[in-house]
Amino acid sequence: MKVFSFAFVVGVLAATSLTHAADIIGTITLTGTPPAAIPITPLMNDPICGPLHKETPTTHFYVVGKNGEFADVVVSLKDAGGNEITGKSTGASAAPAVLDQKGCLYAPQILAIQTGQKLIVRNSDPCVHNVHTTSNAGNTEHNDVQMPNGPDLNYAFDKPEMFMKFQCDIHPWMFAWVSIFDNPYYAISGTDGKFVIKDVPPGKYTVVADHRKLGEKTQAVEVGDKDVTVNFTFEVK
Amino acid sequence: MNDTKVIRPLHWFAVLTACATFFLLGMGGLVTSHGAGMSVPDWPTSFGYNMFFLPIKFWRGGVFYEHTHRLMASVVGCLTIILSVWIWIQDSRRWMKWLGTSAVLLIVAQGVVGGLRVLLSEDQLGIVHGVLAQLFFILICALALFTGRFWQRISNAGKISVPGSLRALVLTTTVLIFVQLVLGATMRHQHAGLSINTFPSAYGKLWPDTSPQAIQYYNEHRLEIMNVNPITAFQVILQMVHRIVALVILVFVSLCAWQTRRQLGAKDALAKFAAFWLALVVVQIFLGAATIWTNKAADVATAHVLVGALLLVTGALWCMIASARSAPLRAAEHEGFGALGTFVPNK
Ligand SMILES: [Cu+2]
Repeated sequence: MKVFSFAFVVGVLAATSLTHAADIIGTITLTGTPPAAIPITPLMNDPICGPLHKETPTTHFYVVGKNGEFADVVVSLKDAGGNEITGKSTGASAAPAVLDQKGCLYAPQILAIQTGQKLIVRNSDPCVHNVHTTSNAGNTEHNDVQMPNGPDLNYAFDKPEMFMKFQCDIHPWMFAWVSIFDNPYYAISGTDGKFVIKDVPPGKYTVVADHRKLGEKTQAVEVGDKDVTVNFTFEVK
Repeated sequence: MNDTKVIRPLHWFAVLTACATFFLLGMGGLVTSHGAGMSVPDWPTSFGYNMFFLPIKFWRGGVFYEHTHRLMASVVGCLTIILSVWIWIQDSRRWMKWLGTSAVLLIVAQGVVGGLRVLLSEDQLGIVHGVLAQLFFILICALALFTGRFWQRISNAGKISVPGSLRALVLTTTVLIFVQLVLGATMRHQHAGLSINTFPSAYGKLWPDTSPQAIQYYNEHRLEIMNVNPITAFQVILQMVHRIVALVILVFVSLCAWQTRRQLGAKDALAKFAAFWLALVVVQIFLGAATIWTNKAADVATAHVLVGALLLVTGALWCMIASARSAPLRAAEHEGFGALGTFVPNK
């Protein structure tokens, strides 16, 4: 029995590695000096939000490491012709994404989800927020009140869109940008500048890197059965 | 009915309503300056509550500006209704009754537009709401003017009639100010921060580069805490037009002040009024520059809105007073009734 189950596990592992679709991995680098982040002083002046922070938080438009490791870049795939990959969403069965409101700021401020994927908006603050979305692609717009300790808000969006805006008008410095894809082939670069787009089926693609301030860069890539590396360099003049 | 009698309490009530409207205009300006237009997501309720019973714990951040604006709007609405009923009862001039009624209709429409701006989350309606507010302010100020003693004296005293060319000049200037105001309202409701953040130069030039590369460059280098929408070439050009129109208005108002003084004499009320107008323009241009230098500080931007409203209303009232002092009207007074329904002079 034990031997049999061991053989089964080995068999499954082997089978998985054989059909393993490749990952697209890469690093995003920023060259040049971006404008310095601005302290969000109105947050500190707010009687409820201010005490939630020891230091004044700043804007997060350019999140850059010491060696130019560039975070918060949304990397996604288009087909070889540069068209959106549609109808491949696994959003309905994917784990929900979470957008938290903490310290009167959205966390994370850059997020990506699939069409039909559940997005949970949470309020971890001792104050009221209003969750206000604005779409440029025809997604349903919301403006919902969320009380402290109030229940989570559950959203799902059905149209692909880059950087759909979430904001709170009670605290007018609160913003998050949620990108929506009709496929699971996307990633966001971390503070080390690295990203991984997992399980990409073999074929020719266009890799698209989007930064909210610096716009879009593309590279053609052919994916076989091995991982492919695609690096991007953004520049601030 | 005796038209020559001025109902002083009614006049003072109209003045009070005008002051309350000015205050409301400022509060509305603060809502937009603080980006708080959508902070109370529902209307006419507030967070599901009857707006008059909204618990104080909600009055925070942007909600404070939006909620107090709604409360003040209700106050002005009530004052306007009382004023119009009072006019119906006590003012014998038929056109005044209808003017009072149109003020009520306008403030109701204004309230509905404000509500729809929230419900539909439509920035364009914010522009309409801002412009309607200015028109309503003119109407209320006109009601205050028409109920006052000053209006009566205009036709009573043997004043010099105001030449048509001068009236045309001031009217043109007033229309120009109105256009400028619409431009300003459009700029304020883009929620995109300053499209040009330097003054008097525009990004170091007389006329800024509006190529896509330049716009991309501006956006890469501007970080905003509140108004995060990227700027567009349209917005840059809009601000340039606003600056140019401001200069044209300065020239026109100077011309109005000079010509009024020359044609009517320095002691004439209209000459003093026009001088005041010129002073306002100078203050307004300074406030416009200060809006840029302070990176759109909410109080400075709101002051710019308020002085803009005063500029428009000054021009509009000047035109109304001048109309009552135009030559054909003075002839009509012998019939006992002016075209605008001015007071009948004592014989
Ligand atoms: Cu908030």
